[in-house]
Amino acid sequence: MSGHTDMVLVDENGMRIDGRTATEHRPIKIEAGVLKNADGSAYVEIGKNKVLAAVYGPRECHPRHLQNPTKAIVQCKYNMQAFSVSDRKRPGTDRRSIEISKITAEALENVVLTELYPRASIDVYIEILQANAGTRCAGLTAASVALADAGIPMRDIVPAIAAGKADGHVLLDLNKEEDNYGQADVPIAIVPSTDEIVLLQMDGNMTREEFDKAISMAVGACHEVYDIQKDALKRRYSNNKEESESDE
Amino acid sequence: MSNAAISDIKRDHIVNLLAKGTRTDGRGLSDIREISAMIDCIESADGSARVKLGNTEVIAGVKIIPGAPFADTPKSGVLTTGAEFIPMAHASFESGPPGEDAIELARVVDRGIRESGMVDVDGLCIAEGEKVWMCFIDMYALDYDGNLFDASNLAAVLALKTAKIPGTQYGLPEWDRPLPITCTPISVTSSKIGNTLILDPNFDEEHISSARLTVTTDDNGNFRAMQKGGQGSITLDELSQCLDAAVEKGKEIRETLNKIIG
Amino acid sequence: MEKRNAKPKREFVLPGDVIDESGAKAGEYAYSREGKVYAAVMGIKNSSPVGVGVIPLWGQYMPCAGDFVIGIVNDIGPSNWMIDINSPYPAPLHVSEVPWKVEFGDTSRFLNIGNVVLLKILSVDESKKIQVTMNDSGLRKVDGGLLVEIAHSKVSRVIGRSGSMIQLLKSESGCRIFVGQNGRIWIDGDEDRAAVVAEAIKMIEEKAQTRELTEKVKEFLESRLPIEEE
Repeated sequence: MSGHTDMVLVDENGMRIDGRTATEHRPIKIEAGVLKNADGSAYVEIGKNKVLAAVYGPRECHPRHLQNPTKAIVQCKYNMQAFSVSDRKRPGTDRRSIEISKITAEALENVVLTELYPRASIDVYIEILQANAGTRCAGLTAASVALADAGIPMRDIVPAIAAGKADGHVLLDLNKEEDNYGQADVPIAIVPSTDEIVLLQMDGNMTREEFDKAISMAVGACHEVYDIQKDALKRRYSNNKEESESDE
Repeated sequence: MSNAAISDIKRDHIVNLLAKGTRTDGRGLSDIREISAMIDCIESADGSARVKLGNTEVIAGVKIIPGAPFADTPKSGVLTTGAEFIPMAHASFESGPPGEDAIELARVVDRGIRESGMVDVDGLCIAEGEKVWMCFIDMYALDYDGNLFDASNLAAVLALKTAKIPGTQYGLPEWDRPLPITCTPISVTSSKIGNTLILDPNFDEEHISSARLTVTTDDNGNFRAMQKGGQGSITLDELSQCLDAAVEKGKEIRETLNKIIG
Repeated sequence: MEKRNAKPKREFVLPGDVIDESGAKAGEYAYSREGKVYAAVMGIKNSSPVGVGVIPLWGQYMPCAGDFVIGIVNDIGPSNWMIDINSPYPAPLHVSEVPWKVEFGDTSRFLNIGNVVLLKILSVDESKKIQVTMNDSGLRKVDGGLLVEIAHSKVSRVIGRSGSMIQLLKSESGCRIFVGQNGRIWIDGDEDRAAVVAEAIKMIEEKAQTRELTEKVKEFLESRLPIEEE
């Protein structure tokens, strides 16, 4: 966040280097049910981010000592593949991915009706195939589609997106350059039916006013992401139906 | 349930069909599953491929980075191959550092690539003894329905064949060119169930098989790497059948790959 | 919008969708908040006298007392067997719940890993601890035949309205068919005929949403079943 550059991130007309306005998100593509073995899965592209999510469960919880006799637990594993970033990432977990896994699991646990499955575990795997700022939001967005695809009972589908600040402007969905050389980043995830916030992080430097603006921008955009998530699940259903009726 | 046993009924069914020369998915004993691939699917990688072999799916990415050569090969580039069986791919895969199966797989794929001289490592020297191009091949199983060996080999080979040296990224624009490739090593895996040999086993077949033999050939049909796995044994006669199959199918698969690359 | 007297269309819903605002109670796979009922899974909206709920498209089988299921033995203890019943929970089968007299530690002489068993769910407690039994008519260890797995939510289609589909499958093929509520189906009989039934069942699973499915299955069976030479 503290990086400096001579690069102009927002021009005098309020245009960003990738041609977006301040309140536009990058192009988003979501596909549900992309893997065979997993109980549910989704593939998400947000700009140049490419993310796969898979869900297994509810299933018997291992290790046993993690079992909760009254409800299921949600476990998440976020992993960046070695070739997903410009310098090769050494395989294996690091502190960053452990933190992201934890807050993602907590956000999802909020909406999953865990009390229906005492002692069980719902396992969420997020693989970042290509990273370009905003992978945690893309990962969570993919994971909640995968959960719905797995038929796991949940209150709602969780969308996530970041807002931030670069060149002194509050911007939606920072790209790589804006993230590297900007002044703040605020990823959030909400429950759309109630607008409750289930994931929120912030780093950088923002005034109260800027922060409020960022939040309202991101909450609004979450509803757009939500529509794309639902659309992917609807397509999954209608494709399934078409296949079954194609030979009539 | 992660450790669900394969039922006796399914096992008997597979064995009965094999006796009739057919398989649960309708294949003949020496048919391999359909191969499809997306190449150059990852822009952050210098070469990449996502390969499906039936319902088995593997992604491989190549990163090419300048680094110091080994002292005993000061003029040669460096190849490194890694594989991870991520838990996304199957209920039985656990997270954590690569286990013995993933390490064996990475080493077998590595041998095929290295021993065939697929990548001309002598063409990767930037400054003798100081700086060479290092090629990292990372493979991830995304969906596991048997025969990760051949699927991973295909993904790695396609990623390498389409890889470009990122010269400009490291201030060496004169190096912007495709990775120097000399041939296409293809592995063909046979599995033994009872006394029957089959090619390209799916998950169920793999789990009731007693032995496995992976054979990698080069463009001339010469053998470049082999690995026998499993607790069972194979006879000399069976070995000969596996070798013939590897040459014959290897040729077919090589043609399929060339079509994919276009 | 639909006309009031038109046949209700199958309404596809997603988690978070409002499925009732008239003050109805939340049925299965639904929840209520502030007077509205919301869907909790992806599936088809289902209104019943009990409440407004959702029929899931797929998802895990949740055992219910009284269900008949097909299990696969996946572990053996000295006084019980652990059975995989295709649900999030393993089902222990205690030696007192089998028709044989089994001495302590002698379990593997009777049932081994990989064996397929027809069982009934005896009880499911609050923390989803399950007990199963083999002490009921027709329950036993089975050998041979074919074992097919489908989404458990499609089991009702394989059975059909008042058993019409399963009767059709049985009478056309002459095979014995045991349908487990957990989505596993065992078919026993002539090998070639059993294979055709297995294909028909897969077809029912895939085309569960099609109208006049029974007729289509009948056509399929008639065209594919080998003609009996008598």
